Parts: sequence; structure tokens; C-alpha cells
Amino acid sequence: MAERISRDEVAHVARLARLRLSEEELERFTLQLGDVLNHAADVAALDLEGVAATSHPYAVGNVLREDVPGGGLDRSEVLAQAPETEAGQFRVPPVRGEAP
Amino acid sequence: MTSAGPAAAIAAAVRRGERSAVEAVEESLAAIAAGEELGAFNTVTAESALQRAHRIDRAVAAGEDPGCLAGVPVAVKDNICTRGVPTTCSSRILEGWRPPYDATVIRRLNAAGGIVVGKTNMDEFAMGSSTENSAFGPTRNPCDPARVPGGSSGGSAAAVAAGMSPLALGSDTGGSIRQPAALCGVVGMKPTYGRVSRYGLVAFASSLDQIGPIAATVADAALLYSAVAGHDPLDSTSIPEEVGDLSDALAGEAAGLRVGIVAELSGEDIDGDVSARVTAAAQSLASAGAEVGEVSVPAAVFGLSAYFLIAPAEASSNLARYDGVRYGLRVPAATAADMNAATRTAGFGAEVKRRIMLGTFALSAGYYDAYYGKAQKVRTLVLEDFAAAYERFDVLIAPTSPTVAFGFGERTADPLAMYLSDVCTVASNLAGHPAVSVPFGSGAGGLPVGVQVMAPALGEAAMFRAAAALERAMADRRRAGSASP
Repeated sequence: MAERISRDEVAHVARLARLRLSEEELERFTLQLGDVLNHAADVAALDLEGVAATSHPYAVGNVLREDVPGGGLDRSEVLAQAPETEAGQFRVPPVRGEAP
Repeated sequence: MTSAGPAAAIAAAVRRGERSAVEAVEESLAAIAAGEELGAFNTVTAESALQRAHRIDRAVAAGEDPGCLAGVPVAVKDNICTRGVPTTCSSRILEGWRPPYDATVIRRLNAAGGIVVGKTNMDEFAMGSSTENSAFGPTRNPCDPARVPGGSSGGSAAAVAAGMSPLALGSDTGGSIRQPAALCGVVGMKPTYGRVSRYGLVAFASSLDQIGPIAATVADAALLYSAVAGHDPLDSTSIPEEVGDLSDALAGEAAGLRVGIVAELSGEDIDGDVSARVTAAAQSLASAGAEVGEVSVPAAVFGLSAYFLIAPAEASSNLARYDGVRYGLRVPAATAADMNAATRTAGFGAEVKRRIMLGTFALSAGYYDAYYGKAQKVRTLVLEDFAAAYERFDVLIAPTSPTVAFGFGERTADPLAMYLSDVCTVASNLAGHPAVSVPFGSGAGGLPVGVQVMAPALGEAAMFRAAAALERAMADRRRAGSASP
């Protein structure tokens, strides 16, 4: 059976998803994801020409409300759950790799 | 009328002042403590539950009516936000997180006098069918502690089956309420998509997720469902239709009900002991006056492949938010990108990583059309196949799970084998239709078998009617001594 996902593709997908895999995980996940994609081959092989896609059980549209300010979450309660904060904001390490 | 059930009995007695809510909660807490080795709970909220119970007793004494769930202990799956109470999704990445708000279902439950006694164990982020994927250890099946309770709402199903709480809330993305209910011998129901607000439910696959009740009886499940359902402005996918009065449906009158047996879910994919119970259920309904026939729903089976592309695709997007910035775990690193990756690598378990990668792949350039795009078209076929079946039938019946409860470790090495556990349940999620699992005797090893009743969108009344009829038929068989043990 043709390989449905290669080791390199798994490594690429892991990078996109911001996950780091050990060599052993890379090996295992390549096999396991291949199994699932093989099972999904019945879907990939279907002739679905002309069938519309369904992204949601019902037709969903935008839901609007009156533009009236409502209560939000308590700022200190929200920030209390953050790993690191400073001056009422979330603090993160430097985005570009150098100290500010 | 089917038996009202233990939850309704508690609420009725508390409202009449014949029983105290405190006593009901103390009983629940004692059962939770006695069954600790089952691993059903991640957090027990003893103190706040007793405080609430005292308030309810004072309200009754003052002549007020606390509501239809007065004093009833409720176990809540740990992916439903409870303000100030840890909500972990059984994941290291959310360990210790205390949400700054309550989910809408929690607000409604409180408003109806219900009392949250704790947060239940689950497969991490609801990804799994055995509760073995919890970062905090598995839950055991109260019917046989050497076996899994099913999943992902395994803790909620076990809590009800073990008598720790008469009611529990779970969430169902591909069968995660119904399958554990079946494996533990209790009732579990997934409402029509949009019936119950998802505000405060930690998202797995947003177009499939739905919160629903687990209970000892059909009527108790309907009681909890009615208390939490209804439109919510905070969930733009919640639907405006009224839930309606279900008491007629709960009378369980089978006469005139048109019941279709799903042909594709009665073949070789299903264990013989399970199929036999579905056949017995169909016979019971027929002898109670229902019109029973077989119906083909081809997409019910190949929907599974579509499900295992759609659900991970949505999950890969939803779980991008766990980046170590705003809540939960952070693994420090020199740059933001390194911190994101280090946090996610340490915080997520293997199954969550697998599904994130599967979803990222299915959505990636070059594969989108072949996988995700086709899966969405299959979803259309699922809707069409169901629509054709419901022209001839009011409800459909099928097994809930292809097997009875299985042993620990039996399917963990092979993710595909675990995914196949969901073959009977995913179609209802893809279609957004309601479905319920009702215990109907036992199969191999005396373990419980659940029969699933499915109905079209907004068809909860017909679904509950058939479910109540099955429950009554089972009770009649027990009384007649003709049921399997």
C-alpha cells in the first residue's frame, strides 16, 4: 500500500503545530497516522463530484446583537491565571529571540 | 409512566421539605469517598456543595422553591468551566487552571437548585473512548474495575453507575456521552446540536461538540437535559426553538412509533452479544405496538472516516490556543516560539498530539481537498442518508458500542482500533442529530449493553419516547424474570 504520510511530512506537520517529537515518537506517529489515513482512504476514493460540502449541521450565519456595552470578565481574575504578567498585561519571552 | 428516577425523587423530596439537600449532598460525598479507587473525579467540591445545600434548605424553609433540581448532586465533566474551581480537561497543560467564569450549563444547573459535587475524569481534551488518555490516571468501570468505563466522559458515567451522584454532565463529540453510558450501564444522551449552549465548554471540535446528561433513568436524563437546554445569547450556534414539555414522551408509549433498525450497524463490525440485545430491543418495541423495520443508512458507517478527519481538523485549530501565554502551563524558554513549542510538547499527551497532527495534515496545502474537503462532502451524504431514513421512520435504533466494556490497555497501542469504538455513534454528531443510549440487559461476561436511539434534528420527544419504551420493556422483562442477568 502506498505510504499516505511520510516521516518528513510528520516532522513538518509537527513543526506547524508547534510540537517537538523525539525520534521514537516520529517513527511511531508516522505509522499510526498512516494507519488512520489508510482507513480514511475510503473517503479519499469516493467520487463526490457535485456534492456540496457541509461544514456545520445547520446553516449558520452571523448573529448580531444591539451595540450595548456588557460586562466583561474581571481583569485581575483573568490575569491571575496567566503564567506571567506585568503592568496588567500578559508577559511573554522576546518574540525575536533577543532581550528587549 | 417509567420510573421517575433517583434525581427526580431527591428534588421532589427536597422541594416538599421532606428531605434536606445537605443530607443528599453528604450521601453523595460519602459515596464518592468510598469509591475513590475508581478514579471518577479529578476534583471534589465538598465545601462549596455543602454551602449550596445549606442555602437550598434555608430557601425551602423560607417557603421558596429552589427549582426542578433542588438539592440534586451533579457530577460535571472536567472540560466544563466552573468559576474558581479547577477545570483541567484531564490535561497537564490546564492543570490548576481556575476559570474566571461559569459555563452556561453550570449557571442553569445552579439556577435550578442542582449542586455540583465535583469535576469528573475524562480522556484528555475529550479525545478517546476509554478514559485511559487522562493525564491523571484512568477511571475504572464500576461494573468491573478491570475494565474501562468507556470515554471520553468515563468519569461522569462511572460516577452515576457507582451511585456517587444521581446525575452527571458529559460532552459528546463522537459518542463521548453515549458510549461510556453504554459501557457502564446507565443512560447517556446527546442533544440536537445547538440545543445546549457550548459557552464554557472547552472546545474540541466545535461543529460536533454538544453537552448532555448522564443519569440512571431516561426520565432523570430528560430532567437534566430540560434544565440546561435552551437558547443562549453567549453561544451563537445555540438554537432558538423551545425545548418543550417531555412528559408525554416519557410515558414511553410505543404504539404507532415507527422504528428503523440500521442495517449497516448490525453486521460483522458488531459483536454478536451486542447485536442480540439490539434485536431483543427491537422485538420489545414491536410487541409494545411499534412498527419496526430495517433501513439502510450507508453513510452511518463510512461517516467514521470523515469524522476522523473533521474532528482532528477542528481540534488542531481549537487547541492552538494552548500556547503558554494566557493560562495553564508555561515551560520557560528564551523566545516566544520556543516557549510555545516547549509548553505544548510537555503539556499535551500522545493522543492529543496525534490528533493535532492529523488535523494539521488534513488541513495542509496539497491535502486539504483530498481529506478535509472530501470529509465535508461525506457529511452531506450522512445528512441525506438520514433524511431518507427519517421519511419512513420516527427513530432509528442501533448498538451504542460495537462491544461491551474492554480491558485496560487492549486498544491503547493501536489508535485506529480505539477509533473504531466510535463506529455506531459518530454519524449523529456529523448530522447534529440527537441520540441516547439506554441500558438493555447484558452481553459477554454479564457486562452492560446499551441500545442507541437516534432521531432527526429537534426530534428529542420521539427519541425520549422510544427510550422510555425500551426502559419500560426492560423493566417488564426483569420482573418476568426472562432477561439475561
